[in-house]
Amino acid sequence: MSFLDIQEVRKAYGAQLVVHEFNLPIAQGEFVSFLGPSGCGKTTMLRMVAGFETPSAGRIRIGDEDVTHLRPNQRNIGMVFQAYALFPNMTVAQNVAFGLKIAGKPKAEIDARVAEMLGIIKLPQLGARYPYQLSGGQQQRVALARALAPKPKVLLLDEPLSALDAKIRVSLRDEIRSLQRALGITTIFVTHDQEEALSISDRIVVMNEGRIEQVGTPFEVYNFPRTRFVASFVGTLNLLRGKVLDAASGRIEVDGQQIFAGRGIADLKTGEIRSAALRPEAVTLAATSSADRNVMHGTIDEVHFLGAVIRIRVRFKDNLISLDTFNNPNIPPPVRGSAATVSFAREDVMVLEGAEAA
Amino acid sequence: MKTSRLGAWIAVIIGALYFLVPLAATVEFSLKKRRGEYSFDAYAVVLQDPRFLQSFSYSISVAIATIVVGVLIAVPTAYVIRLRLPQLRPFVEFVTLLPLVIPAIVIVFGYLRLYNSSSWLPFTSSARATDLLLVFGYATLALPYMYRSVDTGLRAIDVKTLTEAAESLGASWWTILFRVILPNVRVAVLSGAFLTFAIVIGEFTLASLLNRPAFGPYLQNIGANRAYEPSALAIIAFIVTWACMGLIQVIGRGARGSSAGTR
Ligand SMILES: Nc1ncnc2c1ncn2[C@@H]1O[C@H](COP(=O)(O)OP(=O)(O)O)[C@@H](O)[C@H]1O
Ligand SMILES: [Mg+2]
Repeated sequence: MSFLDIQEVRKAYGAQLVVHEFNLPIAQGEFVSFLGPSGCGKTTMLRMVAGFETPSAGRIRIGDEDVTHLRPNQRNIGMVFQAYALFPNMTVAQNVAFGLKIAGKPKAEIDARVAEMLGIIKLPQLGARYPYQLSGGQQQRVALARALAPKPKVLLLDEPLSALDAKIRVSLRDEIRSLQRALGITTIFVTHDQEEALSISDRIVVMNEGRIEQVGTPFEVYNFPRTRFVASFVGTLNLLRGKVLDAASGRIEVDGQQIFAGRGIADLKTGEIRSAALRPEAVTLAATSSADRNVMHGTIDEVHFLGAVIRIRVRFKDNLISLDTFNNPNIPPPVRGSAATVSFAREDVMVLEGAEAA
Repeated sequence: MKTSRLGAWIAVIIGALYFLVPLAATVEFSLKKRRGEYSFDAYAVVLQDPRFLQSFSYSISVAIATIVVGVLIAVPTAYVIRLRLPQLRPFVEFVTLLPLVIPAIVIVFGYLRLYNSSSWLPFTSSARATDLLLVFGYATLALPYMYRSVDTGLRAIDVKTLTEAAESLGASWWTILFRVILPNVRVAVLSGAFLTFAIVIGEFTLASLLNRPAFGPYLQNIGANRAYEPSALAIIAFIVTWACMGLIQVIGRGARGSSAGTR
């Protein structure tokens, strides 16, 4: 049975529905990310789990307890905010001790736990410092220690890395994940950064306009996006728009050229306009023709030299395909405007849900 | 450019003279009790008068009580308004400004009507109860200063997120208010407290009409009956008030250094 269960939760502010029918069972010890663009309702959903907002409908269960209407201070959750939110008047050690003090733990136990937590976040020497004497990354680690010190049932993080610079973001991300694994704590992590979600999560909940678009492992969500939104939001992705010529075989006409789609073709109807997703790494800049590969002809539109990788954009008529090749010093990259032939496997062309207007 | 600079200087000098000349004259006059030479005789008389010490210490106790009442009213109110009821802000700000608009004499006559010895709440029937009424009256007079400085202090911290962080760690409202919010607006509360102190020490109307032995009425009484001593008293009161203001500056500067990184 799931440990944390969100059942048919909705949230409306006045007439505006911010979260629609949210259903999500989360297993004990699982690391789940809410991923979506700004304003899609991630924070609102997280705050309902935390108890800062009350659902307009639905239930939330943690362990055996229905917490839907419990106050936040009775839910036994740990929360980490984007803005760190350390108590400015307290030292690092006092911040970490705060929840334990509230819980009325004996002083010896508090001291031991604080020392343990400061060791875990690798700041054992900084207990006597004040928050303003720490860097952003250190402050966020203290906030993490403060949230985890009272051994909460669930850890909730709302864009905890967004205020940090790129390098620290990556290292702290890995630290959060290994800490979470070590403690085995059930975790919800909110982010708008797809790379962050892909790298850190057991499962990703992709959200858009208050709805769940797709739930899956990073592998599933990245490789098998179910909707156009997921396809475009998660990863860099090529979208090919075309007319279905033959629903049964998945034959589609894109800018006057015929290709076959290998996945998502069950509900195709001949004659309708559909979009298909294609990952840049699935495309080769050469006509490797074999029975299960598609070949398309176009012109080189743009060449981005990224170091180890060269990203090349090929234009057909209306559609574009980006593809990545490894930098090879012996082979100069293609020239803009020159003709190009690309090929990709049928299996890598995934038709997305929903017909479109012509 | 040059003429405007000159104009500014002239304005500053006129302003300074406007304040300093009467002050200097008062100081000078207060030193002239002994004929033909300057002396501190008037000050000696004042400081030896037992009523000076009584009224001054009475006013200090009332001031401290007023500060406590003011903090207990202003901090939770400003906090809740900021956190939960921002739509009430304009209204509450208007209310806190009322004591500046309504003269103290109006307040005290209102009190006397409401709380006279034959009323429901006969505050004026005993000296202790009248002291209480005086404290509440002063808390009202000082409210604009106390509320505004607390509100400014709250603006400097992220009230909402700090509250939520504390709440998620299990803290109750009282704990949040006294262990998280109040310590972080300490400086603002102190500056409100000193302004309150300065107001209460010199106040005359309320204390006189409620017939309490405060410093203000004592000052007035001496002024009506003596020549040099009132000047000495005025200077003492002036120094005490300015010492309070200076203390605000010092404490404010000390604390600014230690909270620089929290904005
Ligand atoms: N207290 C509120 N009152 C009214 N609307 C709100 C409130 N909180 C959030 N919203 C709206 O709900 C939507 C989702 O917000 P949010 O959950 O913060 O999105 P996200 O965290 O994904 O960026 C936004 O359109 C936002 O304007
Ligand atoms: Mg958000």
